[in-house]
Formats: sequence, C-alpha cells, structure tokens
Amino acid sequence: MTAEGESERKPSGQRPSVFLERQSYRRRRLTDAARLLPFLGAALFALPLLWPGLSAEGQAVPLSSAMFYIFACWGGLILVGLIFGMAARRLRTRDESETEADQWRR
Amino acid sequence: MATLNILILVCLGYVVLLFGVAFAADRMAAAGRGKWLRSPLVYTLSLSIYCTAWTFYGAVGNAARSGLEFVTIYLGPTLVMVSWWWGLRKLVRVGRSQRVTSIADLLSSRYGKSNTLAVCVTILAVLGGTPYIALQLQSITLSFSIFAEADPSGLYREGSSVFWVATGLAVFAILFGTRNLDANERHHGVVTAIALESVVKLFALLAVGVFVVWGVAGGMSPMMDRIDASEIGRWNVDAGRWTTLIFLSAAAFVCLPRMFQVMIVENDDEGHLRMAAWAFPLYLLLMSLFVVPIAVVGLDLLPEGSNPDLFVLTVPLSQGNDWLAMLSFIGGFSSATSMVIVTAMALSTMVSNHVVMPIWLNTQEGLGSISGDVRNIVLMARRVSIAVIMALGYFYYSLSGGGTALSSIGLVAFAGISQILPALVGGLFWRGATRTGALVGLTVGFVLWTYTLLLPGMGGVWMPETVMQNGLFGLGWLRPQALFGIEGMDPMVHTVMWSLSLNTVAFCITSLFSFPSPLERLQGAQFVNVFDHSATPRGWTGSVAQSEDLMIMTQRILGAGPAQEFFQTEAEQQGGRSRLPEPTPGFLNRLERELSGSVGAATAHAMIGQIVGGSSVSVEDLLAVADESAQLLEYSSQLEVKSAELSRTARKLREANTKLTQISEQKDSFLSQVSHELRTPMTSIRAFSEIMRDTKGLRGTEQTRYAAIIHDEALRLTRLLDDLLDLSVLESGQVSLNVGDDSLRSVLDRAVSSALAGTDEKLAVRRSRASERIPLHTDLDRLGQVFINLISNAQKYCESPDPILTISAHDVGGRVVIDFTDNGSGIPPEAQSMVFEKFARVGVDKAGGAGLGLAICREIMQRLGGEISYLPGQGGGAFRVSLPLAYQQAAQ
Amino acid sequence: MSRKVLLIEDEPNIAEAIRFLLTREGWQVQTHGDGVDALQVIRAANPDLVILDVMLPGKSGMDILRDLREQDGMQSLPVLMLTARGQSRDREMAENAGVSRFMTKPFSNAEVLTAVRDLHAQATRL
Repeated sequence: MTAEGESERKPSGQRPSVFLERQSYRRRRLTDAARLLPFLGAALFALPLLWPGLSAEGQAVPLSSAMFYIFACWGGLILVGLIFGMAARRLRTRDESETEADQWRR
Repeated sequence: MATLNILILVCLGYVVLLFGVAFAADRMAAAGRGKWLRSPLVYTLSLSIYCTAWTFYGAVGNAARSGLEFVTIYLGPTLVMVSWWWGLRKLVRVGRSQRVTSIADLLSSRYGKSNTLAVCVTILAVLGGTPYIALQLQSITLSFSIFAEADPSGLYREGSSVFWVATGLAVFAILFGTRNLDANERHHGVVTAIALESVVKLFALLAVGVFVVWGVAGGMSPMMDRIDASEIGRWNVDAGRWTTLIFLSAAAFVCLPRMFQVMIVENDDEGHLRMAAWAFPLYLLLMSLFVVPIAVVGLDLLPEGSNPDLFVLTVPLSQGNDWLAMLSFIGGFSSATSMVIVTAMALSTMVSNHVVMPIWLNTQEGLGSISGDVRNIVLMARRVSIAVIMALGYFYYSLSGGGTALSSIGLVAFAGISQILPALVGGLFWRGATRTGALVGLTVGFVLWTYTLLLPGMGGVWMPETVMQNGLFGLGWLRPQALFGIEGMDPMVHTVMWSLSLNTVAFCITSLFSFPSPLERLQGAQFVNVFDHSATPRGWTGSVAQSEDLMIMTQRILGAGPAQEFFQTEAEQQGGRSRLPEPTPGFLNRLERELSGSVGAATAHAMIGQIVGGSSVSVEDLLAVADESAQLLEYSSQLEVKSAELSRTARKLREANTKLTQISEQKDSFLSQVSHELRTPMTSIRAFSEIMRDTKGLRGTEQTRYAAIIHDEALRLTRLLDDLLDLSVLESGQVSLNVGDDSLRSVLDRAVSSALAGTDEKLAVRRSRASERIPLHTDLDRLGQVFINLISNAQKYCESPDPILTISAHDVGGRVVIDFTDNGSGIPPEAQSMVFEKFARVGVDKAGGAGLGLAICREIMQRLGGEISYLPGQGGGAFRVSLPLAYQQAAQ
Repeated sequence: MSRKVLLIEDEPNIAEAIRFLLTREGWQVQTHGDGVDALQVIRAANPDLVILDVMLPGKSGMDILRDLREQDGMQSLPVLMLTARGQSRDREMAENAGVSRFMTKPFSNAEVLTAVRDLHAQATRL
C-alpha cells in the first residue's frame, strides 16, 4: 500500500484528469479497508472464545501464548491503522481541492 | 526508606509542576503561540484519561484475580478507535458543527434541543461519575497508606488526606477548567497538563514492568515460564464476560463525559483522529503490556492476602526500590488526578448548562436582554458544580468506606453510562429516532441498571436481602440478578445484557410510534447526514454584518474588557487600520465560539445570526424561535423575549406614527379654523369701510351704524388674537402662575360682577355664599378667568326666558368642586365630548365668540392641577370645575 | 324686471354689507342664515342668483350646492360662493360641486359687484 502511495506521489502540481479518477478510486478502496478493519479486529479478539478453558483439564492454552496472540493481533491492528492513516493523509494533502469537489458531487 | 513527608513533598512538587504547565500552556494559547498545543500528539495523549487509577492499579489487581480478562477494558476502545471512520469521525464532525459542549448537549441538540433529555443524561452522568471519582480518591488514599505503613512516624490519617486530595483537585479543576468562559472551547492548559500526566503514567508503568521482567524475573523467557507456572497461568476467561466487557468498554469509551470532553469537545482538528486512531491503541497496548508480569510477580513475591490492586507499588517496595515505587506512585497519582479534573470539568459544564442556567434564565424572565452578569453567573455555576461534584465523590468515598475492589466500581459506572449508547448511536445513524424514544430508552436502561447492579452493589439498606432472594414484591422473576428467571449469569453480564437490550428495544419501538417535532427532524437530518450538510462547520458570510453591533453585543455577554481585547486582537491579526475587525467568516466563527461558551451554542448562533443576517441564519434558528414545542427551558425563552420586545417596539412605533399623523391633521384643521375665524371679521370690516369710503351721500345714522359694526368686528378680532395667544402660552406650558391666597367666595364675587357688567341681558345667579367660604391657594386671576368664561357662556347660550345660573361649591377631601348649572337646554349628548375642543361651537354663535373659551378653561385648569368637565343629566348646561385647595408644583 | 338675489350667509354683518351693495345696484336681496333648510328656501325664492357661504350652521355650503345641482332646473342657476377658508382644496371641491364663481373672504366690494354682474349677464345671454 505504501509502495503504491509512493508511486502516485510523482505527478505533482497540475494533475491531468486521468489521475483524478484514480485518486478517488484509491481513496474509496482505502476507506473500504478502513471500514473493514474493526470487523477484522472484532473477529480476531473473539477467536479466543473458541479456545478450551480450564474446564477442559490441562488442555487449556498457556497464558503466555494467549498473551502473545492477543498482543500480536493488537499490534497488527495498530500497524494497519497507522498505514491507513498515513496513506489517507497523503492522499488528502495531495488533492485537497479534489476532496472538496468530491464532496460537492456527493 | 522514603518517608511520607518526602512523598507529600514530591506530590506537591508534581502538582506545582502541573500548575506551571497548565498555566504556561494557557498563556501560550492566549498569545497565539505554541502550535504544538494543538498537535495530534497532544490530542492522543489527552485521550489517555481513559486510563484512570483504576487502570493503573486495578488492571494488575484484575489480572491477579482473573488472568487476561483485564485486557477487555482496552480492547473495546481499541476497536472504537480503529473504526473511527465509521463512528468517531462522524461524532467529532457533529460535535464541531453543532458546537456541543458535552454529551448531554449533543443528545439534547440531536433530539430537538430538548432540555429534559439533557437533564436526564446529566443526572445519569453525575450518578455514574460520582463513584468513579470516589474510586480515584480511594486509589490515591490506598497508595498513600502503603507508604504510611512503612513510615514509622505514623502521622498519616486516611480521612483527612482524602479530604485534602479532593479539595486540591477541585481547586485545580476550578482554576484551569473555569478560568475563562471557554467551556465549549479548548482548555489548552488542562489538556496539556493531562498530556504530560499521561506520559508520566505510561512511563511509570513501563518502568515498573521493565524492572519486574528484567530486574526481578530475569528476562523475557524466564518471565514467560513464570507466567505459565503461576496460578493464573492458563487461559481461563468466561466467554460471556469477555464479550460483554469488550462491548461495554467500547460503549463507555464513547459515552463517558470525560472521554467526550477530550475526544469531541477539546478536539481542534478532525484530522487529529487519524493519528489517534493508531496511536491511542498503541498507548493502550503499552499500558497493558506489563500488567500480567507485574501481577504474576506480585503473586509470587508478596505474602498471601496482600492487595493485588497495589502490586504496582508494593512489588518495587518489597524489592527495596523506593524510587521506582515513588515513580509508580506518581504514575497512579497522575491517572487519578487527570481523570478527576476532566470529569469534574465535563460534569460541571453539563450541570451548569442544563440545570443551573435554564433555571436561572427562567427566574430572570422579563429582563429580556442579557446583561453583563451572565458570564459571572455561568462561571460561578461551573465552579460551584465542580465543588459539589467533588464533595459528592468525597462523601461517596467516606460512606462506602472504600471496601469494594477497584475495578468493580469502574465497571458499574461503565454499565451506567453506557445506557446513553442506544440514543447516541440511534441519533447519529437513524433519522427516525425521536426524543420520546431516547427518553424512554434511557429511563428503561437507567432503572434496570440501578435495580440490577447499582443497588445490589451498595447492599444493605439499599437492597435488602429478601429482595435479592425473592425478587421485588416477592415476585421471583424480579430478582435483581436473575430477571425473568434466568439464573446463573454473571451479574455484570446479566445487567448489561438486559439493560442495554431492553433500552434499545424501548428506544426503537417508542421512536417508531412517536412523532418528532419539526426541529427534531431538522436536527436529525443534520446529524445523520452531517457530511452532506457541512463540508466544514457552517460558516458565516459577514458582508453586511456590523462590527460595531457585534461589539456591543459581545460586550454585554463577555464583559467590556474581554470583548474589547478579543476585538482588538482580531483587528490586529487582520492587519487592518481600524480598531474594529472586518466581519470575515473566520472572525465571526471565532466570535460565535467565544460567545457560546457563556450563553450556549444555540443562543450564540442565533444572536450572531440576528446581527449578521443573510443566508447564514439557518432554518434551525428560525425554528428554534417559532417552534413552541421546543421547551421554553432552554435558550428559546431568551429568543422569545427578544421577539416579543421587537413586536412591542414595532407596535409603539405604529402608535407613535398614528399619533403624529393625527397631530399633523389637527394642526392643519386648526390653522384652517384660525384662518376662517380671522377672515370673517376682516370681511365685514373691509366691506363696510369700502362702503363708507365709496358711497356718496350716506346718511348720518347709517354712517354711525356701519362705524359701530367696524368697531365691533375689530374688537372681535382683538379678542380672538388674545385668546389664541393665551391658549398657545397655556398649551406650551410656559405660563407663569401668579399664586395667591383668597377665599373662593371673593373669587366668585369678582367673576360674577365682571361677567355681568355692561350687559343688559338678565341672568340670575344663585349661590350659597356660606358654602363658598373655602380658602384657596392658587392662581386667583386664572381661576377667575375660568369662572367668567363659564358665567358668560351661560349668559350667551341659556335659551330659557328666565335664565338662572346656580353655582354650588363643595370641599371634597382637599379638593374644591364647583358646579355651574343653568336652566337651559344644555349641550346635546353628541356634542358633549367636543365642547372643550378648540373652535367647537354648539349651535349658532350669537355673540361671535371664537370658540376658544372652554379650550382655554381646560388648559388653565390643567395648569392649576384641577380639571373641568361637562356634567350630563343636570337638566341644563352644567360644568364642573374641581381643583386642589392648595396649588402644588407637582400637581401638574 | 326686478332681479332677485338670494344671500345665504350666517354672519349678520357680512350679510348686511352685501345687501347694502346689491340693493343700491337695483337687486332685490333676500337673506337667509341657516344651512339646514337652504335648499327649500332657494326653491321657494326662485332667485336669479345665489350667493352662498361655505361655513354655514347645520349644513355646509358645499353640500347645499351639490344637492342643488342634482335638482331639476337648478343646473344653470348662477351660484357665487364665498368662503373664509381660502385653501386651494376648497376651490377644487367647489368647482367639482358645480360652482359658477368662487371668492375668498375678505373680498373687495367692487369684486363682488363685478362677479354678480358677470354671472347675471351670462345667465341672461343663454
């Protein structure tokens, strides 16, 4: 995602209209990703519910593994959020005027 | 060993540092410097007031009891932040475009500016917030007591320390939260101090964690082994609680008044959310990273029965690392203070805006315009609210004794405040949500929460054992922890499940069956479609605005000094030459925000709208005025008063205009009358003088007769001019009265003899001279003039063959009343109202009077403090003169 | 043939002056001082010319003239109107009501005589 963002940085200043479509397409897909993220997170955090508990005698997942899983998922969410935030910001600062125009169209 | 004294010194030093930071930040913000104050980093850090002392101490305690369950409290907010594009972005946009000051304000604004709803939310927030504040006080006290136990001097007393802590926090909140009327604006000082505190508490917890893992346990993998070997070393989490708590913490994260304050109200820039979306979860992750290790090590090292809630302190202490313990104490202190300060600020805003101010405005009804006092009233209301809220927290702590485990109080508060969620989410995403629905849903949720969680938690008198066992009124299905007979659930899960689901159901069903007011529907549309309605918060177009009018209005609300300062700064920033800034949209927006801090968002918007005019006055503002169903309580009462004032002024203007037109017409007709009265004698004079000049051989008798006519008419002209002059002097009020003393009898004597002198017409005057012995102190000549006029009128107009005029006088309580009654036919009823008007003559004028006599009489009597009137139904012409026995200047 | 003028004027002195003037010119002068029954008096007297004051007790000269012009055979009767309220509005009203000549008080005797002569001449010529 970052790489794509970088490649689009090149045409600066006056942009041909071809890129406008692409910009706004990219922003929409990015928005979609951002919208899906919480569902992914919820699913990941719900997964431990399927793990066997103490009642399953001895089969229970060790706390260290559980911690590792939870914090890994957590970290992953943060990372994706960070990437999304940066990408969104880059897109936004680059076509501030288009953002407004886009809002008009909506 | 760190003594208590050092601890207290460090505490005080830390507080002084916070004061300094807050003060400096306020100064910098006021001076327009310090852009970093508005950076996304500060915003993110300020969000960390979510991590209270409960989190700081209680998470470890929770982990020691229930393993990984503590992490749910962080996962909920993480999910909320990650889904910012869905929810928070909209909430922040709405909050900014509607200029809300609190969560109560937001809901009230969404549901047709209903103050009832705002009051409900405020009550809920205070109820949920009070135990929470108590919890913070308790944590500070507990941490103090840990050090006190180790301190041999033993001077420490728990009660007094709580009191001083509470007082100190209240003072801080009052100083920096209500320094100026910016409550719906940003408190840079407080926010910066909180950001600092959040760094401190994160650093403290990380330091303890690092110490525990690498200092005590000896590295990562030994630590992991130790964890697995400990009594909490297996994944053992109740599925229901896990899900419920994640959901609950997510809900509370949005609904908590203090979170709303820092997240929405203090938000400077929507873009900050982008950073907070990942940075705040990161903060939470770091805060929870070492919780389990600390808990495990604490369980290992410390004796059985030591309070796991305080492991963060006791573990370093037990290892002899006093300074680390001190650092962790400061961390906990930071968590508690920042939470308490922001909560107190947020709650005080709600209490003052939705409870105190509406009541105050209502009692001020009739005053209409807002005086300069408003600002002091608002500030005072907020300060008192803060003090009261802190006092409530203190008393709750004193009464509850602080026995319950920290985290359970926190969860109770979470469950309470989450009852707002259905109304909030519904309001943001569903246009069909109505005020009634929100109220019913809130009430249902609130009652269930109180009954199933709050009261059982308090126990004792509040929730008798019989009710717990057998249900309310002995109804089994009403048992507080087993509603509808479903037993065996965790109480927290039970409450959250029932209260929130029934709350939502009630909210939805009632919304479907009730009908919203126009304002509600309009607000609903603006909230739900906020991105369509506002690219950025609505801007003003100030082309026609009058800066001077704005200045006058602002002075009345903010007070002269701050208003002038504000305008001056704005003018300087615009670089203009004038002392008043140009009404640019930016300036108007800033002014509105400034004003809304003291009179509320809606009023400020409407007030600027009135002055600026033009398209920026939204339909909403008009509706706020017109919609009678919008409860009087809020600001609309002011608007109503204003519009009533306007229509009153308009009516007065209309009346004045009518009066002026009448006066102008009267003047025209008077001039025309005067012209007529002057021309008539002139005509005779001219005609006869020409006859005498041009006619040859006029007989002697004719000559004499015509000369006599000319003479009479000339006299008539003179009389007319005299009367006109007299009248104009009297009417202009420039007449100087010649006040003297005499009896009524002699005044009448003189008047009768002079009126009857030189006439051959017989008029019998009947008087009862005895009753006329009344001493008078007045202008005797003027009074005599009135009498003469009345007597000669009777003489002229009384058609009776034997005209008789009866004069009777009475002394009626300090006034003398004199009636002049003749035996003629009197004045016909239709003419009675006219007789005192100028040139009003009844019937044929026999004696050639100009018709000014009675008008002059009326003027004279007014000057003398009396009056003259016609007495109908006396069997003849009858006039009544009444006047005070003694003339007084004031009688006029 | 005796010429007859009817003078409707409530000011006795003015009436006397006009009577003196016109009598010397050979007119037979009848005077009347009230507005209410003026119409009947005009019909009964059948004058060659009417001199009408505006401000009359009971009924204004304007109303009398307006009513008079509505009656048969009265359209061409010369009416000389006198008023002490010399406003242009009054002159307009009088002309609308059908006045033959309008004069403002105070007038010169010569003016009145000229007006009466002219009006009479016009009427007899027709």
